Amino acid sequence: MAKFEEGLRYSESHEYVRVEGEYGYIGISDYAQHALGNVVYVDMPEVDDEVTAGEEFGAVESVKAASDLISPVSGTVVEVNEALEDTPELLNEDAFANWIIKVQLSDPAELESLMDKAAYEAFCAE
Amino acid sequence: MEKKTCLYDRHVALGALMSPFGGFIMPIQYTNITDEHNAVRQHCGVFDVSHMGEVRITGPDAERYVQHIFTNDVSGAPVGQIYYGMMLYPNGGTVDDLLVYKMGDNDFFLVINAANIDKDVAWMKEHTAGFDIKLDHQSDFYGQLAVQGPEAEAVVEEVLGIPCSELKFYTAKVVGDIIVSRTGYTGEDGFEIYGSHEFTQQAWDKLIQSGRCKPCGLGCRDTLRFEVGLPLYGDELSADISPVMAGLSMFCKLDKEEFIGKEALAEQKANGVPQKLVGIELQDKAIPRHGYPVLNTEGEQVGEVTTGYHCLSVDKSVCMALVKTDYAKLDTPLAIQIRKKVFEGKVVKKKFYDKHYKK
Repeated sequence: MAKFEEGLRYSESHEYVRVEGEYGYIGISDYAQHALGNVVYVDMPEVDDEVTAGEEFGAVESVKAASDLISPVSGTVVEVNEALEDTPELLNEDAFANWIIKVQLSDPAELESLMDKAAYEAFCAE
Repeated sequence: MEKKTCLYDRHVALGALMSPFGGFIMPIQYTNITDEHNAVRQHCGVFDVSHMGEVRITGPDAERYVQHIFTNDVSGAPVGQIYYGMMLYPNGGTVDDLLVYKMGDNDFFLVINAANIDKDVAWMKEHTAGFDIKLDHQSDFYGQLAVQGPEAEAVVEEVLGIPCSELKFYTAKVVGDIIVSRTGYTGEDGFEIYGSHEFTQQAWDKLIQSGRCKPCGLGCRDTLRFEVGLPLYGDELSADISPVMAGLSMFCKLDKEEFIGKEALAEQKANGVPQKLVGIELQDKAIPRHGYPVLNTEGEQVGEVTTGYHCLSVDKSVCMALVKTDYAKLDTPLAIQIRKKVFEGKVVKKKFYDKHYKK
């Protein structure tokens, strides 16, 4: 069973953002890692790259297929989770503890259009 | 609407991820591709390959007919011998790759790819003029299991009670109503068993209940065959990709009197082909997928990936790709565009893991 974490904002493409001050930590939900199966590669942007809400910023690859990562928010990448370069399976072990990129949010109002835990859980149950 | 194999309900009950493949709704994985892949490399796995097509050719001209449509040479074969080869268009493009089992004098059993069944049977029927044969399309009768892995022989003998230790690689025998062959598509020792739906269901149940054989989906069937450099029709062979381009000339016997496509292949062998299938190994872990562009050091596209994976047995990102012949030499530096980035690599042998056949 997929886990859902309180306090995060979720997108319909199964990314989450955890907001801390002016920063957002973006990753994929536990539901998403379950659906993907064994993650074998994470294609990440570089620090200082701009990401845009609703647009692709990288990809998560399972054995069989590549799935685009869609940013839930806009901003500038200030950090990427380098641990995923060598151990992409961390996303399977704990998708919420292992964020993919940290961005400086350029439009915090975008968070309003994302789902909270209850709404996302209901969305996944559909 | 996809067809279902006779084991469909069992796959669903096991919780398999089901997906369309070759006109059938097939199990892609039961648990995950990596575990299933490793089970076959290390122990034993069973695949439902009932989607494969079967055609029986009998009659006074059966051998002459098979020789006409098939690239390999079945003349003088002992009963039970199996041949891998292709059916070709006159221009050398590939109709399908297939196995031909010699079941008796002028009696052959042809095993074809699921996605090509209709096309192949039509092709075969179009080329029967002048041959006194009976062509019996038996795909709807046969189920097929592939039991693969180093423990396959013990599992087939002990769980299914089918003696098979004396079967040599690429030979078959008839046991009651079933056909058993020492063949497979994984690079491991193993057996393929053709029988009625009822037999296939009972054998599947015994294998699963024994706990000695992991149910394996088409996901790992693809990673397993890819690693040992076996082609998949639609990726490494097609109407546009001849066996010469794919490096499979050894299965095309140009010293045979005739077969459809022979002149075109002879011309390709003599004058060279514009593109060849190669292996490419990347330095990075990014994964090349079917259709991704292959670039030379100047950044010009010189080919396309046919199949690629992060190879499970050797922990490297590798692919097979069709590239311009100038770039097909070993160690040629080539790069692959993966989404927005370009990853460097080089040409390697298109076999990333050694086969472990029991011959």
